[in-house]
Amino acid sequence: MTHDLTTTPLEGPAAAHPYSGAATNTRVSPPPSPSTTARRTEHIIGLLALVGTAATVWLGIWVTPPDKVQGDLVRLVYIHPGVAWVALYLAFGLAAVSTLLYLWPRTRSLFWDRLAAAAVEVGVIFNICTLVSGSIWGKPTWGVWWAWDARLTSTAVLLVLFLGYMALRRVPAEPEVRARRSAFVALFAAIDIPIIHFSVDWWNTLHQGATVLNANLSPTIHGSMAWTLLLGFVALTLVFVWMLLVRYRIGAIEDWLAANELDLALAERQAEGVAASRVASDPGPAGGSPTDRVGVA
Amino acid sequence: MWRDAALVAGKDLRIEGRSRVALSQVAPFGIVALVLFAFALGPDRETMAKGAPGLFWVAVLFCTVLAIQRSVSVESSDGARDGLRLSGIDPAGLYLGKAVAVAAQLIVLEALLAVGVVLLYGAHIEVPWMIAVSCLLGTIGLAATGTLYGALSSGLRVRETLLPFLLLPIAAPVLLAGTRIWQAAMAGGTPSDGTQWLRLLVVFDAVYLAVGVVLFGPIQETA
Repeated sequence: MTHDLTTTPLEGPAAAHPYSGAATNTRVSPPPSPSTTARRTEHIIGLLALVGTAATVWLGIWVTPPDKVQGDLVRLVYIHPGVAWVALYLAFGLAAVSTLLYLWPRTRSLFWDRLAAAAVEVGVIFNICTLVSGSIWGKPTWGVWWAWDARLTSTAVLLVLFLGYMALRRVPAEPEVRARRSAFVALFAAIDIPIIHFSVDWWNTLHQGATVLNANLSPTIHGSMAWTLLLGFVALTLVFVWMLLVRYRIGAIEDWLAANELDLALAERQAEGVAASRVASDPGPAGGSPTDRVGVA
Repeated sequence: MWRDAALVAGKDLRIEGRSRVALSQVAPFGIVALVLFAFALGPDRETMAKGAPGLFWVAVLFCTVLAIQRSVSVESSDGARDGLRLSGIDPAGLYLGKAVAVAAQLIVLEALLAVGVVLLYGAHIEVPWMIAVSCLLGTIGLAATGTLYGALSSGLRVRETLLPFLLLPIAAPVLLAGTRIWQAAMAGGTPSDGTQWLRLLVVFDAVYLAVGVVLFGPIQETA
């Protein structure tokens, strides 16, 4: 009885379906799970990121003095350059390097593709934070939320390029095809970045120069402010690394799900059928008519 | 490579010659865009003349998207793309041919739009040769990048919506450079005002043409 009920729907025309073999003998590989070391590393980095961020906030808001000219507004300096560093250099650089490593035939592996995707996605978050924190600082300082300054404009263009990359990745495709396609788009965009940078620079510039890394490498701020700024950089970098690790892990699970979705669904239906047939063959008071059960299965 | 390019370009231009899609749909769209820009900026001729360079290039960018869509769609049915690949045509030649065909159509379109800008917005051009050079270089850049992205998105069902999103930010330097050169040409400035922008366009064109020639084969395999 049990056997009949589960196999009947698959006989006839459905039995010729390429997936029917998988359905009658469903075996779904388990989802990828990180090793204990990887999980522990992720936790430690997450914890450090949390502590670092909390310390930066504490130092930035309560310990450091307000600026002579900018007042309390100067406290944004502990966040904004750090966020921008992650968004514009770390995330973008990592995405570019992993894309190149993916395109290079000897190092081609989905690992680099997923890493690039994770870097871009986390980079987008940081990029938006850069623009928002810059805006908050710009309104009282420049008097406008947004200025068509060179650095702001190229950051915004970079964001749009990243979003395009993410949109392309959302198009359903085999992981290999998607990886190649995304790698090409990332490459074309990466080539464009310096050109955009120069063109926008010539177009308009009024942003203040870099404070920490100026030409002779002597920071123009001192004391507790410099330390807080430095800590902010470290903390935000850790936050980036942590988010990157988590996003990579989710990416691997997503790929696994996309590959096994059908098998999983079939296994579930099959299990339902088995359960239903058990209820049907059980002459207890809860059992309904067997034909209804077949319909459900 | 060059012979293949000429063959492919000839094929695409012949299709255009017979179907007249660019002439009867894309060009009128460009004119409509110019009229809409005029509505948006109000009837003040001075404002319009001032904005003319940028508006011209934005209209060109929009038309480029349409021209690229068309260039991709002529090969999307009846397995034409696979046929082209099977015909033994060099991918680099195919790339250059398609880019040349798009560029040729865009040049005609730009001539029309330039006349439109002069007539409708009252833009006064002092140095015509700078306009011509900027249009030529800008068009090469747009065709070079557009053909790449067209091939990349050719197999996608969401091509129509994704292509503009991917292509337009990449083409931003062409818009910036083209606009600045036009402004210099309209102000009657010395050619040196536009030289660095012309150089930028040359670099942009060279980089993307080189990338296309090298990578068009692998890109086709992806689509």
